[in-house]
Amino acid sequence: MSHPTPNRPLSPFMLGQYYRFQLTSLLSIIHRITGVGLSLGTFLLAGWLISLAGGPECYAAFAKHLTAWYGQVLLFGWSWALMYHLCNGIRHLGWDVGKGYALSAAYASGYAVVVVSLILTAAAWAVAYAH
Amino acid sequence: MAQFSLPQNSKIDKAAGKHYPAPAGAKNVKTFQIYRYEPDTGKNPRIDRYDVDMDKCGPMVLDALIKIKNEIDSTLTFRRSCREGICGSCAMNIDGTNTLACIKGCDEIKGDAKIYPLPHMPVVKDLVPDMTHFYAQLASIEPWLKTDSPAPSRERLQSEEDRAKIDGLYECILCACCSTSCPSYWWNGDRYLGPAILLQAYRWLVDSRDEATGERLDALEDPFKLYRCHTIMNCSKTCPKGLNPAKAIGEIKKMMVERTV
Repeated sequence: MSHPTPNRPLSPFMLGQYYRFQLTSLLSIIHRITGVGLSLGTFLLAGWLISLAGGPECYAAFAKHLTAWYGQVLLFGWSWALMYHLCNGIRHLGWDVGKGYALSAAYASGYAVVVVSLILTAAAWAVAYAH
Repeated sequence: MAQFSLPQNSKIDKAAGKHYPAPAGAKNVKTFQIYRYEPDTGKNPRIDRYDVDMDKCGPMVLDALIKIKNEIDSTLTFRRSCREGICGSCAMNIDGTNTLACIKGCDEIKGDAKIYPLPHMPVVKDLVPDMTHFYAQLASIEPWLKTDSPAPSRERLQSEEDRAKIDGLYECILCACCSTSCPSYWWNGDRYLGPAILLQAYRWLVDSRDEATGERLDALEDPFKLYRCHTIMNCSKTCPKGLNPAKAIGEIKKMMVERTV
């Protein structure tokens, strides 16, 4: 900011502490975080494929971590991140064509994204454990 | 860059805050925690606590601020003018959201009323932010009717349908509640125009009498000016006039696409 008195303090702004979270801002920041998480998750996917190419012993060593409790927790987190990012991405597509900007619509679609992403995640795990 | 904490000179000195107790006998007391910054002392900002007798105070937050200034502490500084939500002067962060002090009821706030200046702005004194950059950004979108055709001998006429297109836009009072609620504006406000200014830009883009639509869109075609909007929607949620800047920004993005296909 250009101003002759540069020492002016910056007013408080931080989300949560000074500016209240609301559904829309919370979902927006989760979209960002899940996006970063999914990018990191591609390394895991690459590692899994490399282990697959490395033969049965290599795969077994990798799969041991994935089937351990911490691996399952991480996989569950990644699968939900994928579903959430997908659903919220569709919500963004709606905005891109100019639909759903009314506050009531943005809140309704926001709750829908949370619920649908959880249902999809649960369904994916139900299918995985059924096999 | 995204910034998650206040610079050193802006951190609130919690120990320095003063407390002004309510007069003896006051039964209906509400505490106002108010951000104070005195430029002359060179000291960091602090939070002062004022206990106000609400039985002898008007209903709105602005009434309480005026009562504090008149009767408790005359050094408290804030902007106000119309006291009826049309001038936009008393925009501030009250109870965690931006709004106008004059139309925010004290009884809408649970517990202590926490009052800060509009977020992520340089503070001149107390609740008075420096709006220079915001106004410069407004000027940058040239918020006036631009025409090439010769001026008619009477008003430039508009159909009722065309006039209806600027409903929900012309009512903006430029209080800056929306722009200063926007995390994108906090972090990229040097180049991102922010919701208030983009709503103004759309107000002229959609006006059937304006003949500079292409030129206006050209000026907004920039990675930062327009496209830092990520539809967080703090703007539409906080607007004290009930307008929808997020929708206006979405419409500009649509116009950008539509003119190339």
